[in-house]
Amino acid sequence: MTVQSVFPALERLLPFVQKPVQYVGGELNAVIKPWDDVTVRWCLMYPDAYEVGIPNQGVQILYEVLNERADVLCERTYAVWPDLEKLMRENNVPQFTVDAHRPVGAFDVFGLSFATELGYTNMLNAIDLAGFPIHASDRGDNDPIVIAGGHAAFNPEPISRFIDAAVVGDGEQAALAVSDIIADFKRAGSPGGRDELLLRLAKSGVVYVPKFYDVEYLEDGRIRRVVTNHPDVPWRVSKHTVMDLDAWPYPKAPLVPIAESVHERMSVEIFRGCTRGCRFCQAGMITRPVRERSMTTIAQMVDTGLKATGYEEIGLLSLSSADHSEIGEIAKGLADRYEGTETALSLPSTRVDAFNVDLANELSRNGRRSGLTFAPEGGSERIRRVINKMVTEEDLVRTVTAAYAAGWRQVKLYFMCGLPTEQDEDVLQIARLAHEVIKAGREATGRKDIKCTISIGGFVPKPHTPFQWAAQLDHETTDSRLYKLRDAVRNDKLYGKSIGIRYHDGKPGIVEGLLSRGDRRVGAVIEQVWRDGARFDGWSEYFSYDRWMAAAEKAFADEVVDVAWYTIRERELSEVFPWDHVDSGLDKEWLWADWQDALDEVEVDDCRWTPCFDCGVCDHMGTEIQVGPTGAVLLPLPTVRSEVVLSGS
Amino acid sequence: MARDPGRENVPAVQRLRIQHAKRGRLRFTSHRDFQRAFERALRRAEVPMAYSSGFSPHPKVSYANAAPTGVASEAEYVEIGVLQECDPTKLREKLDAVLPPGLDILDVVVAHTSDFVARLEASHWQIELPGVTPAALEAAVAAFLAADEVMVERMTKSGLRVFDARQAVLRAVVVDESALTVVGETPESVENPDESGLDSICAILALVVRHGVPTVRPDDVLAALSKIADLVPAAPSRMTRLAQGPLLEDGWSVGDPLAADRSQV
Repeated sequence: MTVQSVFPALERLLPFVQKPVQYVGGELNAVIKPWDDVTVRWCLMYPDAYEVGIPNQGVQILYEVLNERADVLCERTYAVWPDLEKLMRENNVPQFTVDAHRPVGAFDVFGLSFATELGYTNMLNAIDLAGFPIHASDRGDNDPIVIAGGHAAFNPEPISRFIDAAVVGDGEQAALAVSDIIADFKRAGSPGGRDELLLRLAKSGVVYVPKFYDVEYLEDGRIRRVVTNHPDVPWRVSKHTVMDLDAWPYPKAPLVPIAESVHERMSVEIFRGCTRGCRFCQAGMITRPVRERSMTTIAQMVDTGLKATGYEEIGLLSLSSADHSEIGEIAKGLADRYEGTETALSLPSTRVDAFNVDLANELSRNGRRSGLTFAPEGGSERIRRVINKMVTEEDLVRTVTAAYAAGWRQVKLYFMCGLPTEQDEDVLQIARLAHEVIKAGREATGRKDIKCTISIGGFVPKPHTPFQWAAQLDHETTDSRLYKLRDAVRNDKLYGKSIGIRYHDGKPGIVEGLLSRGDRRVGAVIEQVWRDGARFDGWSEYFSYDRWMAAAEKAFADEVVDVAWYTIRERELSEVFPWDHVDSGLDKEWLWADWQDALDEVEVDDCRWTPCFDCGVCDHMGTEIQVGPTGAVLLPLPTVRSEVVLSGS
Repeated sequence: MARDPGRENVPAVQRLRIQHAKRGRLRFTSHRDFQRAFERALRRAEVPMAYSSGFSPHPKVSYANAAPTGVASEAEYVEIGVLQECDPTKLREKLDAVLPPGLDILDVVVAHTSDFVARLEASHWQIELPGVTPAALEAAVAAFLAADEVMVERMTKSGLRVFDARQAVLRAVVVDESALTVVGETPESVENPDESGLDSICAILALVVRHGVPTVRPDDVLAALSKIADLVPAAPSRMTRLAQGPLLEDGWSVGDPLAADRSQV
């Protein structure tokens, strides 16, 4: 049965909404396949506004990987803003894809990529607008299978009542495996309906299917245990790890939107994983081991990507791009290749060392040197030992001074507030650091127009990290520390005017903390707050702390737990976590030992350059560190005469 | 960022004038959106663009009289400056191939004249009004044409402006459905033929409007029809610019603004 486009109905609403172009699709490199030509149909969603969602690499990679399969089609949808939502509800226009404007409810799979938990309410709104039940248990054979992925899916329990399944880890192979299972099932005539399909998915171990797991609680509210309720379902579900990134050079033809987006550039992922071991960093813990893409493949992706998109800027992405084993050669090779072509290279690296400054200099050889960012993360050397961010104050001052001396006028420093064991003094050290940085910078350059911006985020403890046991700092103390720091900077008579400070209040962090380390009971809060109107919780103009707290009070009325229990409570070794049956490969005992090391201010090295310290991932997952150098050399690209130029010219 | 300083002040050796369309769902493209898409397309097509000098060089592209967001067009014009002489036919083909369907390159000529923008004297618009009968539209148009002025208001960047929508209208006629110009197929309309379909009742208005300050847009004329004759379509009207160019001798026909460049070849 062919599904009709909802565009004729949508089109009538578009003259009345802001930025209608975000809803019409038509992106370069988008793929529209005939509905009836395929067996399995995916709709992918990045649960935020189009301008934020369209550059998302996870969605772009899966979109291309899935559409390359002859028996699969994949389209995309994004969160609609409240102005359009209102009109859609009034006119019965369902949630639609931007590719062919097909109704989301008609697809086999509705896959959502959660980079942050703050997208949960947008998921509920999209499902509701699509017109199928928000509770997985109420869905029928014709409703899509809702699958969550992305980093937040490493603790899928808070959304377990809304999703049918979760993919943990890298999505490329997992999405294909899910497609195989669904294709086989449909070709066999869908025997046993939805329940049978979910069982097949769960048995395969490719995805986590919450309904086959029961959670038992202790009287004090903690989890007693999590058990499977079906004999064929694995007791733990493991993360997926793509090995050999050279074999997966996606996206090859990135989507180029007509609407403006938050990242107007082409991105090439130069490696996946990070073993620097920063204890606050969930991404660094759950994406191990490090797997580099080779210089040759990177250069090729840059070349084909530029030709396919026409972008003027290339970002070389990863969790810590300066750590690629051949980053120096890559930077120089690409800068040489694209010299004189109005193509800018950027390396979002925040490593605090002189090498990083050299790299930034190389990439901006002939261009403007505006701003450079470093992330010391902690204000005092003591707190940096706690979080395992090995940067001395001397390193920092020397690095930033080198940046000013090389012509950079503005340096941005990233910090966190609310780290475990933190005292006011640790945060106040940030003001002193900024003071030293400006002082040294002025001495080195003789200029007074250099600037330093301090940017501070509130720390939220995350699952699968050594800080998963830690108490989150309450928002009142977070705010008071930030005010003290602000005052300290303001009172710096000598250099205060050269120091900018940016921070957010501590309240959104508490909601993020609730969702990050929540269990199944938190699902009731998410549902309540969405019913009370919560949307776009990542946007300060839409986020309401009070609405979340009121929803939590209602949802937890008959529970022994509350928001504080989930957030500011320190956990003990014996606690069963809601995500213990999601296997990131990290050994829980190793994480505990690293947590104890943090409290003792003991640092741990990077296993790329030292012997293995048994975090558990490679052994357990059968993976290995994949790093260069390959020793390859980037040659200049052959100059091809443009087809449009007159032959005599 | 990587930029050859020696290229900075190289002047363009050739200027080309390009006529393009904005069709189907991509009529919701704003002027800024189009600029970004077009400049990326120039890079994909490997057009040897001339760049402005300075810290952040821009390709030399001039845009004229863009149709409003949400309004389709068969007659948008852009001029580019290049560093090597290009073949206009190859440029048209290549550029059209790298632009998404809906942003279509219709014509490219080498610029030989200098008063191009001045030649864009008037626009020919087609407006489809769903739920309006031709008779009701005839009556409204007659009332409009009989008036000396019809004041309308529109929110602009500089605030609310009140201006006359009548004097700039050189011609307004209700046309038959058979005379409707249906343009441009998008991938969606190929798969869903209903997409470009019309409502069962739909009157069609052809308008010729002289360009001026402030520019009277087709939605201003609709606002005037609503004011003078209570004419309100059942759904948003679909508006298309069919042509813009010099006014011909009859005082209301719109000519080809590229004709002067073509005749110089």
